[in-house]
Amino acid sequence: MSHLLTPLNAWHHSQNAKMASFAEWDMPIQYEGILAEHTHTRTAASIFDICHMGQIIIKGNGVKNRLSAAVSHNLETLPVGKCRYGFILTEEGTVMDDIIIYCMGEDHFFLVVNAACASNDFQTLAKRVGAEYVEDISARSGKIDLQGPKSLEVLKRVFSQDFHDLKYFSFTTINYKGVEIIVSRTGYTGELGYELYFPRDFALQLWEDLAADESVKPAGLGARDTLRLESGLSLYGHELDEKHTPAESGLIKMLTSEADYVGKEKASQVPSDVLLALKFEGRRTVRNGDIMVRASGSDEVIGVATSGSFAPSLGYAIAFAFVKKEFQDQNEFIFKSGRNELVAQKVDLPFFKEGTCRIKLN
Amino acid sequence: MNNPENLLYADSHEWLRVEKNEAVIGITDYAQHALGDITFVDMPQVGDEFTKGQEMGAIESVKAASDIYMPLACKVIAVNEDLDTNPELINTDPYGKGWILRVSFENAPEGLLSSQEYTAKYPE
Repeated sequence: MSHLLTPLNAWHHSQNAKMASFAEWDMPIQYEGILAEHTHTRTAASIFDICHMGQIIIKGNGVKNRLSAAVSHNLETLPVGKCRYGFILTEEGTVMDDIIIYCMGEDHFFLVVNAACASNDFQTLAKRVGAEYVEDISARSGKIDLQGPKSLEVLKRVFSQDFHDLKYFSFTTINYKGVEIIVSRTGYTGELGYELYFPRDFALQLWEDLAADESVKPAGLGARDTLRLESGLSLYGHELDEKHTPAESGLIKMLTSEADYVGKEKASQVPSDVLLALKFEGRRTVRNGDIMVRASGSDEVIGVATSGSFAPSLGYAIAFAFVKKEFQDQNEFIFKSGRNELVAQKVDLPFFKEGTCRIKLN
Repeated sequence: MNNPENLLYADSHEWLRVEKNEAVIGITDYAQHALGDITFVDMPQVGDEFTKGQEMGAIESVKAASDIYMPLACKVIAVNEDLDTNPELINTDPYGKGWILRVSFENAPEGLLSSQEYTAKYPE
């Protein structure tokens, strides 16, 4: 099978990155090593090639009301220059995708969607909003994430511009070397960081300019996954899917829109499962798909792990799992992992609480 | 890749250093590299007995879990307890401080590869 390639694919190969298939894309999993890249992101700054994600523009007269009926985001309270997290829901109130929507202007929105969901999202939005308002710009735009506590100073050195005033979930557009770049104070690591959007043919130039900074190293999808998991952030296809509502996935607080959007009524219901945040005693973890049983030695399945990893910044293993709602108040949860049983305890999110993402900069 | 001359190698990527009727066992540089950062090693207990090819433990890395197999019939006489707290020793020193266990055996191991053979078969 031939893979889709980001404009940075040759660069990754030239660095001997370990590559793997992700949502049909040939993506870097690690360069130096997942643990080193994880720690570097928590202490300095890393760049991630995120050019595989989908990007969609929605604009036109009256489009705000049309989009408000298509997604869970509250667009009424979203000013120009801010962005917001939310969902495209099915008619049943389950999650078709989790997306970020940027308000670019009156009746002008920019959507960032998961790579695996992009074409389905586009078709769904074209149907719900109107095909004439919806444009898939994925093929001509790129995305690089700069994440880590030193990101702000890196941006200042590379762009010769200060971003102290840019607040969490806010963005601004700059001109760098004659190219328009959206700088958004958002990310998927729990650290202070920025997501950069730009024309796709500028990706290599921007990547190399950032990589040349003294604080910056490249990081792969492996570290991106351990960082987001420690920070308690959901991954589509794991903690979020078309089998579960946002309420089942623990994200009911995101449902603030007063518009009558698709799936609204059922989105806040919990028909079957509840997502648990779990920690283990030691370093051993469960993996996606490992089953949770009712008691030690029992074969009665009451849940399933959706993500699990050794947490490098915590020193022990953590996981997300869906459990049937009638068992959610147990003190301990038992998994079967290979030949072993592993015992987990419920914890509060985020797992890692020292992340700098919300830090006040002024 | 530097696979020491004085060791024997299994196709399942364990190495074996024979010392009279005992052997020290670990996983190869090729294997640690393929696994990535190792975060947990599930080892058998001292006194456990195994047949050749039997699953004897597991190694977990950030992204994967992989079973390890006993390259000969033997009895475990020591395990590397440093791996409980520092499993990354397997990444940094797979043929030294990253050893996994020491076993005793009655019948000398057979059917294993030399350093040259292993390196030719698994070049990187």
